[in-house]
Amino acid sequence: MTEATTPDAHDSAQAPTVSTTTARKTAKTLAEKVWRDHVVKQGEGDGDAAQPDLLYIDLHLIHEVTSPQAFEGLRLAGRPLRRPDLTIATEDHNTPTLAIDKPIADLTSRTQIQTLRNNCAEFGVRLHSLGDAEQGIVHVVGPQLGLTQPGMTVVCGDSHTSTHGAVGALAFGIGTSEVEHVMATQTLPLKPFKTMAINVEGSLRPGVTSKDIILAIIAKIGTGGGQGYVLEYRGSAIRELSMDARMTVCNMSIEAGARAGMIAPDETTFEFLKTRPHAPQGADWDAAVDYWKSLTTEDDAEFDAEVFLDANTLEPFVTWGTNPGQGVSLNDVVPSPEDFGDENAKAAAERALTYMDLEAGTPMKDIRVDTVFLGSCTNSRIEDLRAAADIIRGREKDPNIRMLVVPGSARVRLEAEAEGLDKVFTDFGAEWRFAGCSMCLGMNPDQLEPGERCASTSNRNFEGRQGKGGRTHLVSPVVAAATAIRGTLSSPSDLAPVFASNVA
Amino acid sequence: MDKFSTHTGIGVPLRQSNVDTDQIIPAVYLKRITRTGFEDALFSSWRKNPEFILNQEPYKAGSVLVAGADFGTGSSREHAVWALKDYGFKAVLSSRFADIFRGNSGKQGLVAAEVAQDDIELIWKVLENAPGTEVTVDLVAKMVTAGTVVAPFQIDDYTRWRLLEGLDDIGLTLRDEPAITAFEATRPSFKPTTLPAKS
Repeated sequence: MTEATTPDAHDSAQAPTVSTTTARKTAKTLAEKVWRDHVVKQGEGDGDAAQPDLLYIDLHLIHEVTSPQAFEGLRLAGRPLRRPDLTIATEDHNTPTLAIDKPIADLTSRTQIQTLRNNCAEFGVRLHSLGDAEQGIVHVVGPQLGLTQPGMTVVCGDSHTSTHGAVGALAFGIGTSEVEHVMATQTLPLKPFKTMAINVEGSLRPGVTSKDIILAIIAKIGTGGGQGYVLEYRGSAIRELSMDARMTVCNMSIEAGARAGMIAPDETTFEFLKTRPHAPQGADWDAAVDYWKSLTTEDDAEFDAEVFLDANTLEPFVTWGTNPGQGVSLNDVVPSPEDFGDENAKAAAERALTYMDLEAGTPMKDIRVDTVFLGSCTNSRIEDLRAAADIIRGREKDPNIRMLVVPGSARVRLEAEAEGLDKVFTDFGAEWRFAGCSMCLGMNPDQLEPGERCASTSNRNFEGRQGKGGRTHLVSPVVAAATAIRGTLSSPSDLAPVFASNVA
Repeated sequence: MDKFSTHTGIGVPLRQSNVDTDQIIPAVYLKRITRTGFEDALFSSWRKNPEFILNQEPYKAGSVLVAGADFGTGSSREHAVWALKDYGFKAVLSSRFADIFRGNSGKQGLVAAEVAQDDIELIWKVLENAPGTEVTVDLVAKMVTAGTVVAPFQIDDYTRWRLLEGLDDIGLTLRDEPAITAFEATRPSFKPTTLPAKS
């Protein structure tokens, strides 16, 4: 249930690695195939003494927060940016979600944005600025443009780059030194990851979503369980997911400690990509699809670790603590520190309960929240907005709840408005905002007040993440919507049916 | 990057697991465009509490942080490493580091030494019983010493070599520039480019 349980997967992670790394079979997993196809230079040596491989990077995504020091590094060394044509930038972390036509009020934010604009102009990088129809959260923009494709290596100075693994890319977050390295060389020196299969079999019940899958996986393996691994999400429940839903799963791989999460490309992927602006055309499309179809884990390939989750019995999931592994089913109660075997986990739970101002044994559904945040690179795509709108249509918001709806990109916002979703949200009493990272990390004015409690569709419930002293419960978009109606953490199944006459 | 072989300094026991990067440096400090000057940002929220370890003498002057498991989880912000370094930390000991944090440390000359949890517990006791005890992190021998406790630590050989030599990654990679150019010639034509922009 929690980080206190030693996960099977982690046991294997600690096992001697000799058998798997040195005797690596010819049958390959998806991640190993993508890795193999990008090795510029194989590292010498074996095991611990191995040098890293030099890996080619197909796409580098840039935003304003982790790039200024990297551009400055290039400038100081007199180095050019090697491949501007494999690089794209957008403004997302600092951007306001109100009055975007006015100068940014926060001077340091404004300077950081302006620095990105200057750097992109100087180094010839394509940039989608605030106000542009393609601006938005970097992990929403990439797939939306069709720039992230199966079998690619994708990096960004942002840990949620794992999102792009949903199309079958090997995508991972990097630090600013690595950002500079990719700018200068279009490569990264890296040691191969280990591989972990996350098998999710069965079918999700109504009201249960891909967000619940990933929250349950993180609770199962812990925030360090995936450390050193690329996760491959497999099984019938994953195959049934749409692309937007797959992105939610891969997005939070990092919350399980894994730098990357992947899903093998299939017809759902190809269908999603086909009409995108940067999808291959004509003969290139056919060649690409042929290659993409080869990107599956072979039957006799072996993973270094495996985890299983039953989709049939999964319930809506919610976090109670201050790390994403501290989660339970919504029908459960706040756990007691005594439930944890290990002293450190017990201390962590105690600390989390104090911070969250929760008492052990309280039913999760009795917890009253102040704010509902629908947004972030985890859950701000058009399907997320549709799912939430479907719940609130014809229903009333709890009068004490403040609800923010922040589309992931300007394009998603336009699409939602074309469908009338903005009207559904504003009629309900929610605020309809412009695109950006917003309250997920509160770098812009969208923040929680000290002590304020939030049901959030984002990815991190760390202390103070959404604002100093703010308290975060991670939930799916439909749970967020149901919570906005009832005022307490709620699942759609807790709602009274809407009669046809109520639906305008 | 400066060479690192061994460091001795006051050990700071941080008895907490899952110290995420939002705790190491909150997002509000990430708006700066410089690479230095983050010392005030380190653990800024916790440092408001007078009881916090870094607000106590002699820990205040510490340079070796001894933390619980899963240190540096969460965001990729290299600012977390900059803040630790700017404050004066030369090494962090933990039984498990988040991957990105560990990678960032290696790029910046901060030693992320993986020490078994049992040894971390012993070192915590030493540092709590005798505040101000110095910890020696010997990167050559891959050993850490705190009072009577002597424990081995793990760090991958490549990172260790780079730290010992003080080598710059980009410079190393650019030696392989011909291999990069050769690889680029083999990339299939269906791979996308960002330029020119398509509508």
